[in-house]
Amino acid sequence: MKRTGYFLYRTSKNYFFYGMCVVGTLIALVPLYLILYHTLALGLPALNWNFFTQMPKPVGEPGGGLANAIAGTLILVGLGACIGLPVGILAGIYLSEFGNGIFGTIVRFLTDVLNGVPSIVTGVVAYTLIVIPTRHFSAYAGAVALGILMVPTITRTTEEMLRMVPTMYREAALALGISQWKMTLRIVVKTASGGIVTGIMLAIARIAGETAPLLFTALNNRFWHTTLDQPIASLTVFIYNYGVSPFEDWIAQAWAGALVLISLILILSIAMRFATRSKYQASSL
Amino acid sequence: MVRHFEQELQNLRSMLIKMGSIAEVSIERAIEAVLTQNRELAQSVIDDDNQINSYEIVIDNAIIDLLALQQPVASDLRLILAAAKINNDLERIGDHAVNLAESALNLSNKELPPAPVQDIIAMCTVTRKMLSDALDSFIHVDAVMGESVVLLDDTIDDFNRKLSKDLLDIMRSDPALIEQSLELVRVSKNLERVADLTTNIAEEVVFVAKAKVIKHHASQLSLEGSAS
Amino acid sequence: MTDLKMKITTENVHAFFGTNEALKGISVSIPEHSVVAIIGPSGCGKSTFLRALNRMHETVPGGKITGTILLDGADIYAMDAVTVRKRVGMVFQKPNPFPTMSIFDNVAAGLTMNGIRDRKLVKEIVEESLHKAALWDEVKDNLGKSGVSLSGGQQQRLCIARSLAVNPEVILMDEPASALDPISTAKIEELIYELKPHYTIVIVTHNMQQAARVSDYTAFFYIGTLVEYGITKKIFTMPEKKQTEDYITGRFG
Repeated sequence: MKRTGYFLYRTSKNYFFYGMCVVGTLIALVPLYLILYHTLALGLPALNWNFFTQMPKPVGEPGGGLANAIAGTLILVGLGACIGLPVGILAGIYLSEFGNGIFGTIVRFLTDVLNGVPSIVTGVVAYTLIVIPTRHFSAYAGAVALGILMVPTITRTTEEMLRMVPTMYREAALALGISQWKMTLRIVVKTASGGIVTGIMLAIARIAGETAPLLFTALNNRFWHTTLDQPIASLTVFIYNYGVSPFEDWIAQAWAGALVLISLILILSIAMRFATRSKYQASSL
Repeated sequence: MVRHFEQELQNLRSMLIKMGSIAEVSIERAIEAVLTQNRELAQSVIDDDNQINSYEIVIDNAIIDLLALQQPVASDLRLILAAAKINNDLERIGDHAVNLAESALNLSNKELPPAPVQDIIAMCTVTRKMLSDALDSFIHVDAVMGESVVLLDDTIDDFNRKLSKDLLDIMRSDPALIEQSLELVRVSKNLERVADLTTNIAEEVVFVAKAKVIKHHASQLSLEGSAS
Repeated sequence: MTDLKMKITTENVHAFFGTNEALKGISVSIPEHSVVAIIGPSGCGKSTFLRALNRMHETVPGGKITGTILLDGADIYAMDAVTVRKRVGMVFQKPNPFPTMSIFDNVAAGLTMNGIRDRKLVKEIVEESLHKAALWDEVKDNLGKSGVSLSGGQQQRLCIARSLAVNPEVILMDEPASALDPISTAKIEELIYELKPHYTIVIVTHNMQQAARVSDYTAFFYIGTLVEYGITKKIFTMPEKKQTEDYITGRFG
């Protein structure tokens, strides 16, 4: 290679851009690092058996735990998923397989709009539609709000993943005399299942971390819930309340709550990946 | 799994071999009719000629099929091209058998001069061996056997020349024997042609086996100004 | 050809993609237990015609067929499309075994997804189909392996076995060997020859020599019209139309 001046200019340009990419990546990793570090450093000390099994103690008394909040988050996310998953997946299937006309375009557009709606607004809507007529805050209302929040994400990722399945598999199935809905569910959806699960995990991660809509619907509850039409505790609301409180004890518990929340989502992700793994790698996906 | 094409090639070879044996038998019987002056035998040879002609048509068709539909190459192609020529040669051998049978009919009621008859018997023995060997060499794609057949052609030519000369002498010395002598000249000529055709067949077999053209002493031929 | 039983008859079939007319009045009769090859230059409508025969053309947006297509004398548009496709199977150009399924499940797909639960029966049919597709010996110890772990030629034979498992009467093949190497191509051609006594086969191919080797009848399409249709040997030795002769001898297309 001739070491001409132009060559040096080109190689230094190469290294410069490469360097910028590395720097950008490092800068992007900084918040992640800070979050993980603080959560672990400040949350881990407050994590003990009591945290998982005991109810919050009255103001002023040290100790206690967030058992009700952990259960509450799990219930709210679970119920919300029951509402959001079917709607989202079916809408995604519709848009991918049948949504090539005007109606499909409109639905797609509205889904994107819904995605951009601030979650607090969704909370207010749920408040108006459910809390006011029933005259009390409830877990149901919270679940509905969270479910609505899930739908756009799941719809769009399901649609994208299904579209990525090559047409030739659809045709092969149809040519065997398999009806369209069976072909769609048992071949197309199954082939795209990996990607769809990723979309579901993204949506669940998002709603598990929502606080604002819960303030209007599920409120909070320092005690164990007895029925689902009462207010229910949740980790996010507790973190919000404890985090800005003047008590050291409570602040530590807030960090512990954050750590538990992040861990729950991680465990759920891994479990879902494991449960839906296919023995055979999809060759083109 | 036997390839369909292999089967078709096999059929072609079988048909040629069958046609060849029919031609061989015809020549045998025609000569016997001449020597034993047997009218019925001669007639049956003439009647059986259309069998050979039918085979020629069927084999021609099969060859067109194979060329058009199977795009053969290399040794398969050489086999099929050789088959086309051998087909032709065998049909003409059949025609010469008919000629011999007609000569037999003409000679059936006449006295045959003994010396030429001995020569004809000898010539016939060699011709029949050539034909039999040529067909064998085709069955086994044996170039060595084919080349040996080619070498025998000179012997037949010698016989033909001797017979022509001897029969001419007989005709000069005894005019009463002119008719049968002329007929015997024809017999000799027909046998000589059969030997030529048989030589062709043997040369085709060498072509199939070695992709070598030995006809017309090819190694000594070249066109003016072209690379040999 | 007039005293043969016709498996499929088309009368004046036109095919459209929206307003674009891809087939212009095709009328052919396909005899039972024969192999019919469809040849022609790119874009002449041969694949479109093939896909009309098992009602796959209508699955494309804007796909429309006019005219009559009869299967054993019955109009395929008067039947349920799913029924038609069970009787008329299709093998595609690019081998497409289902990626999430094993070899066994792939072959069984047409059965299990149509409600056949008897596991013993399914196992028998799978084995029989793999035998018919000349693939059994190569995969019999590995039926649980992924369908896409096979070579291209094996995958295509797997797709053929999958089609055979449904027990169709007709098999449509859209350039089945064009994505394969010569040895695999030869195996597929030999397979077609073996399947012929039990099925009726229509094969689209852009390789004329393949059509000559494999088919009993050949149809030559050009820009959506049927130019000539006859016995393969006649088409390749004495075609009637000059266009056919020009195409076959390579003077155009």
